[in-house]
Amino acid sequence: MQNALLSNFIKKHLRTDVPAFRPGDTIRVHVKIKEGEKERIQIFEGVMIARNNTGLGDMITVRKVSFGQGVERIFPLHGRSIDHIDIVRTGKVRRAKLYYLRGLKGKAARLKERS
Amino acid sequence: MSPGILGKKIGMTQVFRPDGQAVPVTLLKTGPCTVVQRKTVNSDGYDAVQLGLLEFVKPARLNRPQTGHLKKGGAEGVKFLREFKLGSGANDDMKAGDQVLVGEFKPNDKVDVIGVSKGRGFAGVVRRHHFRGGEGSHGSMFHRAPGSIGASSFPSRVVPGMRMGGHMGDDRVTVRNLEIIEVVAEDNVLVVKGAVPGPNGGYVVVKRAKR
Repeated sequence: MQNALLSNFIKKHLRTDVPAFRPGDTIRVHVKIKEGEKERIQIFEGVMIARNNTGLGDMITVRKVSFGQGVERIFPLHGRSIDHIDIVRTGKVRRAKLYYLRGLKGKAARLKERS
Repeated sequence: MSPGILGKKIGMTQVFRPDGQAVPVTLLKTGPCTVVQRKTVNSDGYDAVQLGLLEFVKPARLNRPQTGHLKKGGAEGVKFLREFKLGSGANDDMKAGDQVLVGEFKPNDKVDVIGVSKGRGFAGVVRRHHFRGGEGSHGSMFHRAPGSIGASSFPSRVVPGMRMGGHMGDDRVTVRNLEIIEVVAEDNVLVVKGAVPGPNGGYVVVKRAKR
């Protein structure tokens, strides 16, 4: 069990603007990118295939296929580098970590919409 | 201003700086403390304060001399006592019965944290001194042994300080110059950057950094 003071502290520092998405959902992550002095926002859209719930260190893995090449990015969910996250599409899956998608491509890698 | 404060380690997590940098932090439940005794040059030969961490203590857990000592300092529910030396002239405002709270510390201050490291029992040289050890297989018969510990007939003894297996951990360890990231005064929580020796729930002494 976690100490109450520790969980209080974590709760206070968690971001509150994180939408409720699940593994298998297609999400659009708006990432803040610093170029010299300027800051701009880059969008990374893909299927959320894994999440490790470790409080403030919560990380999500987002996978997309770009020009036939699989690309995965891991984001700190509560970090300041994420501007916001949109949910594009839900996906019906039966496990929490969708690493099996790495071995699939094209039509086989599709996921059914969650109703 | 107190030279330090006593507390317990709660656990570790991470926070993000405004520029997005992730910082590993340790939470310490520090204080409230009370000044149990004020030592002075006249009465004790040196200047110091003895602090006690206020917490729940069963009266039966303390023996009579301890109870008497605490009574003299007007403290109750104290079992962790530590002394802090005071520089000459300074800190004349502290006297027995005073409270010491985390609010005295500010973010960006530097502190030294003293704890007792986790005990590892009897540890071999690989774990204790980072010896490399030998191969696991391929016919190797030398795995985690220390190897040679010196020459033979001369000097006919093992030189002092030879690194060998033995008891590891459970030592008093000081970590210097930890930055204070946050002070949560209402919960008596001090948030310092980096790791602190000892298990969660272990007692720690927080001192203002020496340099």
